[in-house]
Amino acid sequence: MAKTKKFLYVNRKAPYGTIYALESLEVVLIGAAFEQDVALAFVDDGVFQLAKGQNTDGIGVKNFSPTFRALGDYDVQKLFVERESLEERGLSEADLIEVVYEDEDDDWAEKSAIHVVGRAEIADIMADADVVLSF
Amino acid sequence: MSTLHTVNKSPFATQALLSCLNHAKAGDAVLMIEDGVYGGLSGTGMSEIVTEFGKAVTLYILAPDAAARGIGTNRLIDGVEGVDYTGFVELVAKHDRTQSWL
Repeated sequence: MAKTKKFLYVNRKAPYGTIYALESLEVVLIGAAFEQDVALAFVDDGVFQLAKGQNTDGIGVKNFSPTFRALGDYDVQKLFVERESLEERGLSEADLIEVVYEDEDDDWAEKSAIHVVGRAEIADIMADADVVLSF
Repeated sequence: MSTLHTVNKSPFATQALLSCLNHAKAGDAVLMIEDGVYGGLSGTGMSEIVTEFGKAVTLYILAPDAAARGIGTNRLIDGVEGVDYTGFVELVAKHDRTQSWL
């Protein structure tokens, strides 16, 4: 089997003004099904994708924010959210949806897949990826 | 290990270039393409910050995109190097990964 590659999906767009965010999520789910090492980064307006309380009833498009919760079932354990981007937008981790996974190395304990990290760490994560896909 | 970053939006319309520069590592290359070439202009509100980041990363501009927009090489920030399409491919081949800032 070929060596597993580190895929990083970088999300920099708000959820409904363009199709980028939804398309990114679709591609992430596909990539995860191929058992690659998958991580997501949410930077700039991308952090709005994870905001709690989204209700799209009035705009006639699907609210896809609950779909992020399915990522845990695909063993996606790394959603990195840039702290500076949150702060610039008046958000904190408490304003974000919950995404959890079950850690098989820790008696299947439920753990948060959301990791709020600083800009420098996001830069390190980008530099460590084999493949960067931008949305 | 280094990254080629491409930026295709004007820095006066979106934060893509700024965000790119804020995440690039020393030794990376930043190639401005399409409307991104406006980021290479001297004498703008962005020139100073682009020049500052240019000390750590190598700045390139896709010359055909600049020419299409009437941007002559004499109007570029010092140190911004023009490349043609072959040069673009060479940059992609030279770096370990390419990251688009959309």
